[in-house]
Amino acid sequence: MKSSASLERSRKITTFLTYAVLVIGAIIMLFPFAWMILTSSKTVAESTQIPPTIFPAQFITSNFHDVLTNLPFMNLYINTGLTILFRVICAVVFSSMAGYAFAKLQFKGKGLLFGIVLVQMSLPSQIFIIPQYQMVAHMHLANTIFALVFPGLVSAFGVFFLRQTYMGIPTEIGEAAYLDGCNQWQTFTKVMFPLTGTSVAALTIFTAVFAYGDLMWPQVVNSDVKMMTLSAGLATLQGQFQSNFPVMMAGALLAMLPMVILYLIFQRQFIEGIATTGGK
Amino acid sequence: MNNKLSAAARREQNWGYLMVAPTIIGLVVLNIWPFIQTIYTSFCEHLGFGHYKFNGIQNYLDVFSRPEFWRSTWNTIYFCILTVPVGLFLSLMVAMLLNAKIKGKGFFRTVFFLPMVCAPAAVAMVWKWIFNGEYGILNQLLGVHVNWVTDSKVVMIACAVVAIWSNIGYDAVLLLAGLQNIGKSYYEAADIDGASKVTQFFNITLPMVSPTLFVVMIMRLMSSVKVYDLLFMMVEETNPAVTSVQSLMYLFYRESFTAGSRGTGSAIVIWTVLLIGLITVVQFVGQKKWVNYDV
Repeated sequence: MKSSASLERSRKITTFLTYAVLVIGAIIMLFPFAWMILTSSKTVAESTQIPPTIFPAQFITSNFHDVLTNLPFMNLYINTGLTILFRVICAVVFSSMAGYAFAKLQFKGKGLLFGIVLVQMSLPSQIFIIPQYQMVAHMHLANTIFALVFPGLVSAFGVFFLRQTYMGIPTEIGEAAYLDGCNQWQTFTKVMFPLTGTSVAALTIFTAVFAYGDLMWPQVVNSDVKMMTLSAGLATLQGQFQSNFPVMMAGALLAMLPMVILYLIFQRQFIEGIATTGGK
Repeated sequence: MNNKLSAAARREQNWGYLMVAPTIIGLVVLNIWPFIQTIYTSFCEHLGFGHYKFNGIQNYLDVFSRPEFWRSTWNTIYFCILTVPVGLFLSLMVAMLLNAKIKGKGFFRTVFFLPMVCAPAAVAMVWKWIFNGEYGILNQLLGVHVNWVTDSKVVMIACAVVAIWSNIGYDAVLLLAGLQNIGKSYYEAADIDGASKVTQFFNITLPMVSPTLFVVMIMRLMSSVKVYDLLFMMVEETNPAVTSVQSLMYLFYRESFTAGSRGTGSAIVIWTVLLIGLITVVQFVGQKKWVNYDV
């Protein structure tokens, strides 16, 4: 047996090391963000100065002005916002309906139809891109918000995820509503759907973060920079400002800002939402 | 027996069809039909403007004869090798630290998770600046002169660092949930037996968290095989080092949309799906050796 004094000491050392590693880790995680913010306020000359300065000699805002005049950020924000909005509405409405039906209703061919959901989930989205693009082009709908939303009109993942949620709700609750005179639709909208708030929030966050980060589809389908999302718009910046890093950092900062602010407000929902959708 | 359904059961069935209809129609139009089309297209020559001519396995022979294609396949696998084991190790470490009795747990969790809500395009831009060969802060701090983003020997390592940095918090949160399910009593019993922390890690923590670790690993592998946006943003098409990082999905994008050769593009994506399938099978067979489900 170790003496209690030495045990106490070793516990203190462990705690100290835990904090030390976590703090170093946190610095590594935050440094790129700090460096982005600092660089975005420097002149090009100062950003390429050797040895480098950490804080800008003078905080300037002209980089933000430059990036705003070279990239239609207002459009990018609106396009990204609308894409997220429509994709979330579609994912929540259609997936809730289907998830409920797959979990709680009996109908012939249910297994086969659910098989379609599973097939979609197991295939990488890139396998659909060429035909999806051709459909959009065929309908003459390239360079529209609709094109950005298109592959997200239905969400196989959402169906799978919400089916799990509905399966966790006792069937007796639905039966009680049914005996009280609700039909299937009313049972679903008035009784069952309101019980899935946490899962719907998780699906909303997952869908939003995915639509926000996705790069290939917006690049393929919308070539007009005014109709791009933030991610795709940002990608065009690289060609324009080869070595003007302060302007690019200003662009990256503007693109990150809305989602980071939402994240900081709804930390718990974001982390738990993304963790539950990804983990299971 | 089934064709004599009661009125109530028939109504239920109709509601079932009605409620899955939007999803199923959507999936068939947006995914199932495109999936079949992509398979077909991979056996066709693209004549332009969406017209195709069947040409058998010519596309596959074409891509298989190109060194660029095999290089992309290797790059994809290499990216997985560089990112998945190190990423999982670091995530597990962070998860274990966050599982300890410490103050500020919420703060650290928020910080480590932060890259998850940032667009990969923006994240890559910031790292590209940090890695910049001439003026980047990393070279200044290390006092070296490495062209991280343009030297074909190190560029993949730079990309792997960004990938690991981006995913560590997410994986850690998932692993933390797994760690929290391990009963305290196991550790208390081990403490009484005088087992060291290292022994406890290998005999309690690792076996107990292995099912979660397996799920996280599969997920990480799947998304690493499909890596595109990070690499595209770090190493643009005009960068001479592009051949050293070009993943299969990057090659697919350039082939299908920059070069407009959708037949060979489709062949590349089909190949990737087969590769994903193969990796999944290997993992599910391999898990029997190390994943512990008897708890």
